[in-house]
Amino acid sequence: MTITDIRPFLAVGVSLLAAFLIMFSGKKPNVREFWSVAAAFIKAALIFSMVPAVLAGNVFEYTLFQVTDTIGFTLRTDAAGMVFACVSSFLYIPVSFYAIGYMRGHHEKEQTGFYAAFAVCLSAAIGIALSANLLTFFIFYELLTVATWPLVFHERNEEARFSGRKYLIYTLVSGQLMLAGIVAIYVMAGTLDFQAGGFLTADMAPTWVLQLLFFLMVLGGAVKAGVMPLHGWLPSAMVAPTPVSALLHAVAVVKAGAFCVLRLIGFVFGPALLAEIGAATVLAWFAAFTIIAASLIAMKQDNLKRRLAFSTVGQLSYVVLGAALLAPLSILGAYYHIVAHALMKITLFMCAGAIIVTAHKDNISDMHGIGKKMPITMACYTIASLGIAGMPFVIGFISKWNLGLGALQVGQPLYIAILIASALLSLSYLMPVTYLAFFKPNEKGEFKTYGEANKFMLIPICVTAALSVILGIMPNFGPHLYDLASMAAQSITQGWIGGGW
Amino acid sequence: MSQHFPVLIVLLPLSAALLSPFFSYLHRQAGKWIAILSLVGAFLCSVGLLLQVVANGGEAIHYWMGDWMPPLGIEFVVDPINGVIVTMITFVALCSAIYSTPFLKKNNWLYMGGYYTLMALLCVGLSGMTLTGDAFNLYVYLEIASLSGYGLIALGGNKGTLAAFRYLLIGTIAASLYLLALGFMYSMTGSLNMADLSVLLQDKMDSPLIIMSIALLIAAFGIKAALFPFHGWQPDAYTYSHPGAAPLISGVMSKVPAYAMLRFFFYLFGAQHLFVQHGLTVVGILGALGIILGSVMAIAQDDFRRMLAYSSVAQIGYIGVGLAIGSFYGLIGAVLHIINHAFMKGSLFMVIGGVRYRFGEVSISKLGQIGKKMPFTVFTLVVAALAMIGIPPTGGFFSKWYIMLGAMQTEQYIYVAVLVISSLLNAIYFFRVLENVFINPDPGLKELNPPTGKLELPLQMLIPIVVFGIAILALGFCNEMIVDGIIKLGLPEVFVR
Repeated sequence: MTITDIRPFLAVGVSLLAAFLIMFSGKKPNVREFWSVAAAFIKAALIFSMVPAVLAGNVFEYTLFQVTDTIGFTLRTDAAGMVFACVSSFLYIPVSFYAIGYMRGHHEKEQTGFYAAFAVCLSAAIGIALSANLLTFFIFYELLTVATWPLVFHERNEEARFSGRKYLIYTLVSGQLMLAGIVAIYVMAGTLDFQAGGFLTADMAPTWVLQLLFFLMVLGGAVKAGVMPLHGWLPSAMVAPTPVSALLHAVAVVKAGAFCVLRLIGFVFGPALLAEIGAATVLAWFAAFTIIAASLIAMKQDNLKRRLAFSTVGQLSYVVLGAALLAPLSILGAYYHIVAHALMKITLFMCAGAIIVTAHKDNISDMHGIGKKMPITMACYTIASLGIAGMPFVIGFISKWNLGLGALQVGQPLYIAILIASALLSLSYLMPVTYLAFFKPNEKGEFKTYGEANKFMLIPICVTAALSVILGIMPNFGPHLYDLASMAAQSITQGWIGGGW
Repeated sequence: MSQHFPVLIVLLPLSAALLSPFFSYLHRQAGKWIAILSLVGAFLCSVGLLLQVVANGGEAIHYWMGDWMPPLGIEFVVDPINGVIVTMITFVALCSAIYSTPFLKKNNWLYMGGYYTLMALLCVGLSGMTLTGDAFNLYVYLEIASLSGYGLIALGGNKGTLAAFRYLLIGTIAASLYLLALGFMYSMTGSLNMADLSVLLQDKMDSPLIIMSIALLIAAFGIKAALFPFHGWQPDAYTYSHPGAAPLISGVMSKVPAYAMLRFFFYLFGAQHLFVQHGLTVVGILGALGIILGSVMAIAQDDFRRMLAYSSVAQIGYIGVGLAIGSFYGLIGAVLHIINHAFMKGSLFMVIGGVRYRFGEVSISKLGQIGKKMPFTVFTLVVAALAMIGIPPTGGFFSKWYIMLGAMQTEQYIYVAVLVISSLLNAIYFFRVLENVFINPDPGLKELNPPTGKLELPLQMLIPIVVFGIAILALGFCNEMIVDGIIKLGLPEVFVR
């Protein structure tokens, strides 16, 4: 049943409000960071307070005002949106602590603008997760685009300027094409409300028009999710400070892109229509290609953050692939991989940032023996790496297992080979770092003394690493994200028996 | 009292304009206060008028001057659309009048008095053009607006004088063309009242004189609205006009002729006639070309004001495209964009005027780190820039949304493509500005007028700037109220479904 409740808007609004407060308290760093942390806790509390009711099959919905003459500015907490909202609102807490440690430890400039843009990004992410129609979704999607830009050019040097431009070109072009697609869909269907299983039908337009529309729309998601060949902006955006990379690559931006693809496939076009017009298969090919190619490129990177960035490109295509396979279990896997990848990749990025701040090392080749100096950080790094590769008892396994089963469900076992290849490849680019860190002697003798990262950074790292393991053993730990994901998958594929068992 | 609102909107600033030099002579500040008070009065009257019309359910209010019955007498006709436009005009005029006070603090009484005379007269002309229901009366107000516009542009300095002279030459041609078209219509019908004309002309719509009139009207209003390719006068005029008057000139002066075009084509002639449709197609093509070429030219500018001027050519194109689409949503988009653009462009000119007032700088490349010194101004700059690009939830997005919706519904896909490209071109030059503001190092500009208190600019400038910034956001959030509550009530009857 539908409950009218303003809480979704409060969850979005709290960090927007925090952004304003942050802007006005730029001269008092402690007050400023207090707003950031407080917003994180309130936001998470608001979102998590809605979880039990959503699990029981209820939906919170609220229309703040009419955004155009016919379309409302509406947020709705369906299971699919709650998965993403829970992850981003929860991870906002460790990242905001980590950001304090990192930004102060690294003596960054322009911290006020950084925290404000950061808060706006999180608002936009929650808005994207909970939007009830395409126009509301698009508003938050563009807000995210704009709010991320200051984070990308944060360093304010020529490289950052260039990365910022690259980022804007990719995202704005795809955003405008998406807008044209949204208008076309509205004219065709007369509605923009998301509906599990899609609201477009084959009799609304000729097949080629639907195919064109699908690609026009998916482009918007694929760019943010870094599906090759649209991933160019993502590694460039690495010039940003590490908490931003953690946020960009684990929580807000790229996940919003992947979530966008899931929304479009599950709630706009619907698996039945897509199976009929055959457009999703092409997307699956692109995703599969990206998974392999990104891993190969990642192996060549010496800069740890860049290596992780390419790993992100590959891992997000898991989500896209899961959505494009159109099987119930693959969609479940895709939703759960949003959770899994967020936890693991945020751990990895926070480790990389901790190394930069504590040991001032960017490149993997300089990290020989660093495990002796920062054992806890590197241990967490290892756990997360194993998870990325899909090791059982770490969270990554759960999602990959479902993705593989989904591939079987639709009778496409070849994709399992891709998943296995990717697992091996990711081991081969993530594990050498662990090996170098723990087992290679440090010739220069830099890392003899024990010097762990600042506690502001270390504790968030430990928390996310521990959660990766706990959720790997008990996927329903905490807010029952696995159940939510499977509710979402079921609602999407309900009543559609294409390529089932 | 309240039945006299339509005439008071024009009468108050007109009397103030005439009295302003005299009062300035008595006391240097008095003329200014007279003008500002009259604009406050005009604004309140227009708000009251708008409320009346909306309360009437959109039925037009007719005001007969001196109780002379039309078609002989002159009448003002207020429907929801021109009601909301006239509210916008008086509001922008009031804000610009307040905003321009710091620029005039060193001038003598004559300059002050003259300046506010022109300012009030411009408001008179523009409001009159919007409100009048008489085609010849529109010509009179057109000339009032033009002449005061020339004056305000010429006050901007030596280059301003030249720009004003150019505009004077071209503008006079435009006025003559309008008069010629009016002559044709008068010769066929013997009437000058718009409502009367629209009835009398219906069976003569195929006559060559009408076809000629349509062409002349497009040229006349095209020149006045700076529609491509009639925009030659406009970049210089906007760039070199008096900085205090620039928000009004750039934001409103070119929108009213666009509205007049809408009125003639959709209310007077009726868009169902073949030649009107052809005329609208021409407007649409010119608009689309203007959107692309104006944006490309804007990218090439380093002077912020010049960039904005070329961007105006593009934005007028949006209105032209909205009219050419000629459907329910196309018209809504066009009217909404008239309002939105007044605020967006007005606020951007206010922003650069503020920077110029404090630092004497207008080139984009020298704006580095200006946000540190002028945070509120930069807030408005960011909001207005995003609105110009069309990023939701600012006002600019929604006018584009309705225009795009109209284009898609009537299957005029080329306009959809133009709008997409235009947004991206807009993004290039506005994000370039923001990039300069946020990334470039501080160029060490010299303070010409250092702030006296805690505020970055004098309060008279800062308040209009911030109000405009908030207004752009409000226009986005409240667009449904404007569209459903006001614009839809006033659309031509063919569209009301």
